[in-house]
Amino acid sequence: MTTLRVRFGKCGKVRFTSHRDVARIWERALRRAEINVAYTQGFSPRPRVSFGLALATGHESQAEYLDVDLVDEPVGNHSVWAAELGERLDRVLPEGIDVLATTTVDRSTDSLQQAVESCTWSIEINGVDTIQATRWVEDLLSREEIVVERERKGRVVSEDVRPQVLALGVTGATEHGVRLLADLGTQPRALRPVELLAAIDPPLRARSVRRMHQWMTQGSERIEPLPADAAPGALAEVRA
Amino acid sequence: MSSLWSELEQVLDEVQKPARYIGGEDGMIVPAHHPDKAAWLLIYPDTYEVGLPNQGLQILYEILNERSDAVAERSYAPWTDMAKVLRDRGLPLFSVDTHRPAAEFDVLAFNLAAELLYTNLLECIDLAGVPVRTANRSPADPLVIVGGHCAYNPEPLADFIDAAVLGDGEEVVGEINQVLAAWKAAGRRDRHEVHLGLAAVPGVYVPSLYRVTFAGDRLAAVTPHDPGVPEVVEKRTVADLADWPYPRHQLVPLTEVVHDRLNVEVFRGCTRGCRFCQAGMITRPVRERPADQVRTMVADGLKRTGYDEVALTSLSTADFSGIDEVVASAMEDEGCGQISVSLPSLRVDAFTVGIAAQIQRARRTGLTFAPEAGTWRLRTVINKLITEDDLYSAVESAYSQGWARMKLYFLVGLPTETDEDTLGILELARRCVEIGRAYHRSPSVTVSVGGFVPKPFTPFQWFGQNTEAELRRKVGLLRDEARNLKGVRLKWHDPGASIIEGLLSRGDRRLGPVIEDVWSNGGVFQEWSEHFDPKLWTSALEQHGLSLEDQVYRHRAGDEPLPWDHLSAGLHRDFLWQDWRDALEGAGLEDCRWTPCYDCGACTGYGIEHVVASATPPAGGSQGTGQDLARGGEVAVRLLTRDTDRRTPARVGS
Repeated sequence: MTTLRVRFGKCGKVRFTSHRDVARIWERALRRAEINVAYTQGFSPRPRVSFGLALATGHESQAEYLDVDLVDEPVGNHSVWAAELGERLDRVLPEGIDVLATTTVDRSTDSLQQAVESCTWSIEINGVDTIQATRWVEDLLSREEIVVERERKGRVVSEDVRPQVLALGVTGATEHGVRLLADLGTQPRALRPVELLAAIDPPLRARSVRRMHQWMTQGSERIEPLPADAAPGALAEVRA
Repeated sequence: MSSLWSELEQVLDEVQKPARYIGGEDGMIVPAHHPDKAAWLLIYPDTYEVGLPNQGLQILYEILNERSDAVAERSYAPWTDMAKVLRDRGLPLFSVDTHRPAAEFDVLAFNLAAELLYTNLLECIDLAGVPVRTANRSPADPLVIVGGHCAYNPEPLADFIDAAVLGDGEEVVGEINQVLAAWKAAGRRDRHEVHLGLAAVPGVYVPSLYRVTFAGDRLAAVTPHDPGVPEVVEKRTVADLADWPYPRHQLVPLTEVVHDRLNVEVFRGCTRGCRFCQAGMITRPVRERPADQVRTMVADGLKRTGYDEVALTSLSTADFSGIDEVVASAMEDEGCGQISVSLPSLRVDAFTVGIAAQIQRARRTGLTFAPEAGTWRLRTVINKLITEDDLYSAVESAYSQGWARMKLYFLVGLPTETDEDTLGILELARRCVEIGRAYHRSPSVTVSVGGFVPKPFTPFQWFGQNTEAELRRKVGLLRDEARNLKGVRLKWHDPGASIIEGLLSRGDRRLGPVIEDVWSNGGVFQEWSEHFDPKLWTSALEQHGLSLEDQVYRHRAGDEPLPWDHLSAGLHRDFLWQDWRDALEGAGLEDCRWTPCYDCGACTGYGIEHVVASATPPAGGSQGTGQDLARGGEVAVRLLTRDTDRRTPARVGS
């Protein structure tokens, strides 16, 4: 059995589909691409596909991942074989969901959800200039704790998320506001960009949010589960 | 092209399930609008999840977009949160394909599958920025057309629609389009002119061209104003389904919808003759799709969509000639991995369970049967001729093959029903559980009960519906009795909703203001229990001097003019009346697919006939045929032709 890891983007109109919707889209795409997926054993067999961290409905991404177990062994050069599967998948995926890279991985590695420690987010906010935004960011970073209210098992709990704000900066102006870049921790629970914005006083509302990277640690290095050569230009274009 | 997307994307994170509004389905068409092409907005007036899978709408979407003189896009009723957002921001209803404002189309065409959707029709028209009343619309406003089963009595909607279309849409939609395209090319000036053009198309009814007269508080007649307009509008029927292998590219949504699977219609029409069933009466005759075409549509559809489930759709699907072979070939389809086949509508007999066993190899979750009534006597009244043996052998067969849960559907409030009949429901359920004990430790049977609603163009169209109190009393009887039955679970449909459904299904034009009041008081999504509000309806009725007693609960006399007498589903009124008298005497009627024609009118009136591939009824039970079918049923019928050519299947009957 082989495990294929796919890095894909989710941009444009399709960003309004849910994590669950995306899983179903992939299941159909794998069948349409006639890729021989391994199924779970048991009473009701399911295709062996695992997704990484969920992406909130409405957010874009150029760093989504899935691992899928295949019945077939790679033929010839592994990376050529994986790339060919990626092309087949890309052809049958809906507009806005694009395969960015593929590789075969060792099944013994940690699941994506366990391995990923942080994400880089690009956040656009309207109606704010860079000076004001920079002041907010500095204020936020100077705080010793950032308490957010979260619903957990039906109860509202307060949690300090300051340790998960790994980096935050204003990267520039947009047509109507500013763009922030944030590295936010995902363990033990992921800090979501909207939670961070809600902690700013007054709370900010994002015009758009895009996940740029997911990060894990290898030795002392921060690496991506699967690097993509470059964010494809297509991603920018599909934003209608 | 005008698109509202840039405005819409800014509000979509404020609403539930935003994927309802994005379109982008596989199979979606982005048409090029043009002054020479009539632009249709096909609307299903319920949520996207309910409306998207509708096959009728998808068929018309493809047929129209294939034409050089038409474009078609789709829309669905925005949920209440989205409707509020749209109104707050001054945004109109839009298509999901290109997010074009609804009012930029030439026609808003609604599929009406259920009466409780009527207020959503008004909601959609209003959100489009179009006056809800036809009389208030200008030539700049789009036309409003309705089709679907509710179009057989469109009188309650007469104030709001420009036209209603009766019957199969495949052919008539092109004829309507020619009228619309010509009207558009001429500058879309006069609405009366296009109304006359539409009324000249067979199958199209234009309410504003008819005068309604009353005698006291009873309807007297609906007659055309104009001598050129037909006195009776006849339904349209596609003679051969083989000519219409649609949808060719079933839409695959990005988000989860109901019936989220490939759907292939294997035949249309049903002549089992169940007297409560409007669908079985208005869609006659039976027209089977050739088995080869079914196989091709299944294989191509699975490959193209990536679905792992296909439903073979029709009424009573096991009646399809050679159903077992078609099911087997769908299951064996290569290159598609693990495929499951579902048959949403099944007869009650052991043969059917055999097919179900074949298709549910892996997951034996549950099996549903619909005996509809609790005693044989009442089943002869409704002509659902399932013997207790049929049911028990089906149930035994199911339990012995691994199912542990059954669901049984019943109606209460049927004509001539006594409490003995009502309680007979639980007797059947109890015996089913008992049969199951031989195979399982704790077998369970869910009894699902709905209140019977009389519908136009059925033998029960004259029947005074049970009152809400009576329906509640019957449900109460069942509830009390079911408490003592181990393994039996009872579920019931809200009797209040059945009453309003009944009000709308047989109403006349006096209901227009009632519907408008309910809608303007916020009564949308009445199909949804969380939104259904019976008080809105009863107070609007009172306001307009109407009563449930007169509109719903009253038996109609044989010579009383009915609001749909100027429309025709092909069925002779005297056939329906005779069938109603037969019902009251408990006389059954055979299925005319396999026995001689009794001239209901659906074939003879239109010069068409059944299209079925096999002249013998299916093996299994006795339902509907009155024959002993245990041997496969060699019933003497006259075969007109027998040819392997897919275009000339054996034609039986007439």
